[in-house]
Amino acid sequence: MRLQALTSPRGIQVRGRSLMALVLTPEPPLAAWIAELDAHLASAGALEARPVIVDLSRAGDEGRELTLILLEGLEARGLRIVGVERTTPALVAGTVWERMAEPLPGRNLAPAAAPAPPPRPQSLARLVEGPVRSGQTLVFETGDVTVVGAIASGAEVVAGGSIHVYGALRGRAIAGLQAQAEARIFCTRLEAEMVGVGRHYRTAEHWGPGLQGRPVQVWLDRGTLRLSRLDRT
Amino acid sequence: MSKVMVVTSGKGGVGKTTSAAALGAALAQTGQNVVLVDFDVGLRNLDLVLGAERRVVFDLVNVVQGDARLPQALIRDKRLETLHLLPASQTRDKDALTPEGVEQVIGELRERFDWVVCDSPAGIERGATLAMRHADLAVVVTNPEVSSVRDSDRIIGMLDSKTRRAEEGEVMEKHLLLTRYDVARADRGEMMKVEDVLEILAIPLLAVVAESRDVLSASNVGCPVTLHNPQSAVARAYDAAARRLMGESPPMSEVLPKRGLLSRLFGRRTAA
Repeated sequence: MRLQALTSPRGIQVRGRSLMALVLTPEPPLAAWIAELDAHLASAGALEARPVIVDLSRAGDEGRELTLILLEGLEARGLRIVGVERTTPALVAGTVWERMAEPLPGRNLAPAAAPAPPPRPQSLARLVEGPVRSGQTLVFETGDVTVVGAIASGAEVVAGGSIHVYGALRGRAIAGLQAQAEARIFCTRLEAEMVGVGRHYRTAEHWGPGLQGRPVQVWLDRGTLRLSRLDRT
Repeated sequence: MSKVMVVTSGKGGVGKTTSAAALGAALAQTGQNVVLVDFDVGLRNLDLVLGAERRVVFDLVNVVQGDARLPQALIRDKRLETLHLLPASQTRDKDALTPEGVEQVIGELRERFDWVVCDSPAGIERGATLAMRHADLAVVVTNPEVSSVRDSDRIIGMLDSKTRRAEEGEVMEKHLLLTRYDVARADRGEMMKVEDVLEILAIPLLAVVAESRDVLSASNVGCPVTLHNPQSAVARAYDAAARRLMGESPPMSEVLPKRGLLSRLFGRRTAA
């Protein structure tokens, strides 16, 4: 019977839509809370597309002026505020938020919307002290690898960025899985079996005896792999 | 306190069994109670080098599988009463060894002996990994040539990752035993020099054993080279190595028959 009441004889269609709003509860001190929110937005950015309900139960104690600055600040960050809850009418009276200060229906979910701690920054470098032994493979896709010691014949080091070897490079080194043009291989003594940057590689028979045993860098020059001595400029 | 020592190399034919027997005998000569364990199941050799091949009844596999008790399989050397052998089986293969069985046998041997010397098979598979698994220290036998050095490097990497000590975060003590070294050929550049090998492998040098006819003649008569001809340069090198393993520090000059290591390091040329 209710359906009939909703569906007018002229055929206006009313459809239901459920969507998820996120509830933010700003906490004093508000400056620190805003900074945390900014960090969260920068890393996750998940709030932007969603309607936001601001729970003022904590922040309201800070007074009307600060509360309005807070709400303006949230709007300025592109958050779509659809409701302001748990506040006294006086706090937002005479502002655009006054009409939003009515409780919205809906039930709260587990605090998934609580600002998650920013993810730990991914390690950008890996340091290996001591030799990399024959048969060992070291793959580090997210950054540079520094080896203090030798890379033995039959060992393999693969890096997303550059590879630095303070010792003899006797095995294989492949740099630049991620950053081809920016990645290089540096070694204090080139005795390698193979070196490569990105998809370009070269085996020992393709570089001259002038490089063997010398400090050498390997890099990509407009799509060509180049090797040059570091002790002679 | 007993010590478990693995003699290993990766590559075959570099002198693991000869060195295990010689070091074991040299340790036993100092009065230490020593057992040599042959892990080369299927290709056992240690019994021959010790001249005990006609006395083998039970072997490591029998003990690991519970078919024989440890005392039944142990063979006491006829020349040195402190030297014992736990032979390998010639008829089985390395899969007959189980990690649990090996652990138990090594545990029992630790209680009976001061030194448990494990002679590893060549390769990096089951036999070799089980032989090194419970070791406290390792002697890496290497010849002065590139393939042997690279295989030793691989084995050192495994010693640092696959052994019980490594997994528990403890340091695995490793020593380089450079065998079949020929000073004259190294000087002529036909062979890698001691320094070159040390530079690549980066582990402390235990001893350099010169290439010598004494080794073959000793193993052909079934006698560790340290017992067969104690005055030979080879025997003295192994003796010095054994004393270094026991914590003494005899001078390295004994090791190189023609030129001292120090003069080599200082680069003085002498007629080879």
